[in-house]
Amino acid sequence: MDVLLEPFEYAFLRHALVVCTVGGALCGLLGVYVTLRGLSYLGHGLSHAIFGGAAISAAAGLDYFVGAGVWGLGSGLAVSRVTRRRAIGADAAVGVITTASFALGIVLLGLSTRVERSIEATVFGSILGVTTTDMWVIIGVAVVTVGVVVAQYRPLLFTTFDAEVAEVSGVRTDRVDALLMLLLCGAILTSMKVLGVTLIAAALVVPPVIARMLTDSFGRLLVLATALGAASGLVGMYLSYHLDVSSGATIVLLDFTVFAAVFAATGRRGLARVGQVPR
Amino acid sequence: MTVRAAADGVPDAAAGAATDLVTLDAVTCDLGHGPVLEGVSLDVAAGSFTGVVGPSGSGKTTLLRAILGSVAPTVGTVSRRAGVRLGYVPQVEAIDWNFPVTVSDVVLMAAAGRRLRPWASGPERARATEVLDRLGLVDLADRHIRALSGGQQQRVFLARALMGGPDLLLLDEPTSGVDVRTRHDLLHLLDDLHRDGLAIVLTTHDLNGVATHLPRLLCLNRRPTALGTPHEVLTPTVLEQTYGAPLHVLEHAGLPLVVDGPHRHEGR
Repeated sequence: MDVLLEPFEYAFLRHALVVCTVGGALCGLLGVYVTLRGLSYLGHGLSHAIFGGAAISAAAGLDYFVGAGVWGLGSGLAVSRVTRRRAIGADAAVGVITTASFALGIVLLGLSTRVERSIEATVFGSILGVTTTDMWVIIGVAVVTVGVVVAQYRPLLFTTFDAEVAEVSGVRTDRVDALLMLLLCGAILTSMKVLGVTLIAAALVVPPVIARMLTDSFGRLLVLATALGAASGLVGMYLSYHLDVSSGATIVLLDFTVFAAVFAATGRRGLARVGQVPR
Repeated sequence: MTVRAAADGVPDAAAGAATDLVTLDAVTCDLGHGPVLEGVSLDVAAGSFTGVVGPSGSGKTTLLRAILGSVAPTVGTVSRRAGVRLGYVPQVEAIDWNFPVTVSDVVLMAAAGRRLRPWASGPERARATEVLDRLGLVDLADRHIRALSGGQQQRVFLARALMGGPDLLLLDEPTSGVDVRTRHDLLHLLDDLHRDGLAIVLTTHDLNGVATHLPRLLCLNRRPTALGTPHEVLTPTVLEQTYGAPLHVLEHAGLPLVVDGPHRHEGR
């Protein structure tokens, strides 16, 4: 029991436990839309853009959520416009913009004396120093995200499946896209501390892919990906504490272990569902 | 039915008539690499049935998109009658068959955006059942879309298009990749819908299996080459202009039958 209860002696670890679990769940849920749209690189790009914003706000003494939030949302909407236009090399454009933002962040962190967290903790995620504010903000973001995903279930599904016909059928796909981008920014912004800039993309992609190998139903996919994300966040946080390694890495390695197990169990059937082999 | 195609954009007295659902006036569309559709004028009247034929890349899909409004003309105008409802059945090749949705999920998508709930309302379910029943899909409602035959897959997307009770149905290559029997059934189904008053515009590569059975044809090779009944437009001259290849036209069971000329090998 000590192994399970020990982390609760410290307030920051209780906060970290909530942030890891909710962050994993949020990434799993939104990752369903990200992966089905074939935008897996988007999560990677957005976290790097938000990191740049975080470094700028830290260097300028601004609040993290305000500075990184505005910067991340700006990049998110720019990325959304680029991908909507289906311009040649949209993924390349995203890569250029967001990695430049990341590089700027690294330089600013190196120069700044105000920054408390190490670069390693930021890049790979750490359960140290998670505050009460961090916890309440991610809970708020999760409540809003679940509310929007439920209320906008069909417009989101239609736009993800077939944006052109959705638009012709009266769905405001530009608004749906912007809304999804907003939610994605919120999820990345609030879970980046524990998941890490470079590892958050895996938390967005792996749970939905595992869930997809297990079900053909969109509704069940959303629930399963969320549950898998939450479970790996929770267990990963414990492993991170006991092994004293970065939380992002333990969560992603857990995701991968589950992926390997499901892959071994479902074989060609699972792969066929994700479209890798014909049925 | 009044369908009009003119490369020169000459005004037509029928343009904008009260029965026209959609009117294209000298429409040119450019998707960024030069025009893919040039100088097309077309009136789609209520209850009309038009086939669009032409080689690959001749602008058939772009024409449908211009009618829908998902592609804006760079020159010319597209006017839709106020309140006109359009249904669109995309090419099966454009659909992600691995997407985790069932037949009923796809059909109920058409009711998206009206209610802030994930589940469908009673009237929506009743409408979906009615449409699925008409298309013979009611027993397949819970199947994943990939676990269907080619003809069934085509009918699922037809069902989605019919959910909103359209005035005009647009279909992009509805018979591509289906067998003769399925093609026959689909044409009968479209004919029934047309008899019920639905206007239809479809594109097709199939001159003998589909095009000759339609009341009117628009031949397109980026620019319109001809418009009229199959007997009027399926002629060697028009087909040469449309496809850039010599084709022969025979008569079979009262319908024109387009056949390839014999291949000649040089040096033999």
